[in-house]
Amino acid sequence: MKNENLYRYILGIADSSLILGQRLGELCGHGPSLETDIALTNISLDLIGQTRSYYQYAAKLIGDGKSEDDIAFLRIEREYLNVLLVEQPNTHFGYVMARQFLFDVYHLMLLSELKNSSDETLAAIAAKGIKEVSYHKRFSGDWIKRLGDGTQESHDKMQDAINDLWRYTDELFTMTEADAEMSRNNSGVDVTRFKEAYYEEVSRLLREATLEVPERKYFQYGGKKGVHTEHMGYLLADLQYMQRAYPNMKW
Amino acid sequence: MKEKEVKNLEEIFEARIARDEKIEPKDWMPEKYRQTHIRQISQHAHSEIVGMLPEGNWITRAPSLRRKAALLAKVQDEAGHGLYLYSACETLGISRDELYEQLHSGKAKYSSIFNYPTVTWADMGAIGWLVDGAAIINQVPLCNTSFGPYARAMVRVCKEESFHQRQGYEIMLTLCNGTEEQKEMAQDALNRWWWPSLMMLGPTDAESVHTEQSMKWKLKRKTNDELRQQFIDQTVPQADILGLSIPDPDLKWNEETGHYDFGEIDWDEFWQVVKGHGPCNKERLQARVDAWENGEWVRDAAVAYAEKQEKKTIKEAV
Repeated sequence: MKNENLYRYILGIADSSLILGQRLGELCGHGPSLETDIALTNISLDLIGQTRSYYQYAAKLIGDGKSEDDIAFLRIEREYLNVLLVEQPNTHFGYVMARQFLFDVYHLMLLSELKNSSDETLAAIAAKGIKEVSYHKRFSGDWIKRLGDGTQESHDKMQDAINDLWRYTDELFTMTEADAEMSRNNSGVDVTRFKEAYYEEVSRLLREATLEVPERKYFQYGGKKGVHTEHMGYLLADLQYMQRAYPNMKW
Repeated sequence: MKEKEVKNLEEIFEARIARDEKIEPKDWMPEKYRQTHIRQISQHAHSEIVGMLPEGNWITRAPSLRRKAALLAKVQDEAGHGLYLYSACETLGISRDELYEQLHSGKAKYSSIFNYPTVTWADMGAIGWLVDGAAIINQVPLCNTSFGPYARAMVRVCKEESFHQRQGYEIMLTLCNGTEEQKEMAQDALNRWWWPSLMMLGPTDAESVHTEQSMKWKLKRKTNDELRQQFIDQTVPQADILGLSIPDPDLKWNEETGHYDFGEIDWDEFWQVVKGHGPCNKERLQARVDAWENGEWVRDAAVAYAEKQEKKTIKEAV
């Protein structure tokens, strides 16, 4: 493929939206209140919508009549390039919000830079997503505060979730070869540049929520290279079920 | 209040309904009117949120991104319907928590159709086409019902339901224009959902205990049997377009009446499911109870946090 780096770059961003959208989709009808149920579905919808825009662009790059659904459903696990954070399970509502917040802060920073991309399509998708992701961050941030500074039980649960998921945050700021190449030609974002700002913003909110900022030196990496946690295979089994069981059909 | 005064109020009330005036929450209303409305509106709200489960079951497995997004949006609409129906019900002086309690304890009912399992993707089409189709027939007359908040909620609900129905039919159409396997999937779904959909319109008029009073209060404009006939007359030609056959050997167009004749409904099955012994009654209710119980610490935290914030604001103001 001529634009191999661009293609891989798009997947790196889009796969995280797809997998997080898929995880949130599992919760539909099972939320702690009707209002949170509606909000989580809404976030899932936004993410799936963004994913479609990215994949439609990526499908054009492959050509050969490939569609957004071929990209979404017909790759093997090693070919999904999402970060490990987003594939982590919905252990409880505290985990769901921690995962969301840790991702949203990064996601908004990413899109805010990507909207200046020299690649017009990427810039347009990013610009459209900013409003949505700002809302996601406000929603998840508000819940981190409520749960962190709510009851003793919610505080402990929230702290557990943050402690557990913290090890997946550093991966957000690693650069693959495609990322580096895209950043060099100004169509991609150098995510290392806002790493410090990210930890500052996250830490500030955690403190406001009376939570401790984990002091962790060890992190987990791999998603961006297609090496996932054990949760991923089950998630894909659901995601791909119809396309695998009934190949080459229109739905 | 003296008996005579109540009687007088009742007469004024009935006259208002006869003039098609809307009854608003602050207006005087007979206790039976209030209770009937709490029962029906909450049953409707519960049906919306329990109804999220059979379709929610397919969100993670939807066969394309377009279908996944549409299904998410649909299930979200149902949650929204639940929200405004609970709000309409709350205007009658009962809290949402109490209504949930009635659902969880099994005291309140919800539409029995949601106690059937969704076993293939085609069920997403069949539910939209048939279940939402039957729901619309039940609900359109409610846009003109006498209780204002319910009538207004129903206007919005019906608009969205008719969109859902078209979406469901379009899923069926795509399957029926697809491969042999897909068409079989569609026929199988129709076979399983047809009779339960007919049952959704309620027991036959002879068996229906609430019909007479409900007609008077405009909670109902047509009887169950009339609505059922309307549903069948409307749906059979749609099945013809799909090239699917209705699983009823007795179904036949009747020139004389201008309606379809149809076979005997299995009312034993209907009552079995209503009484809690359908294929998924236990699972549906358990899923709602689990969501509520597992969410308790979250709701408690939100209350505790709000109280702390309020105290802080007061302190700062002082």
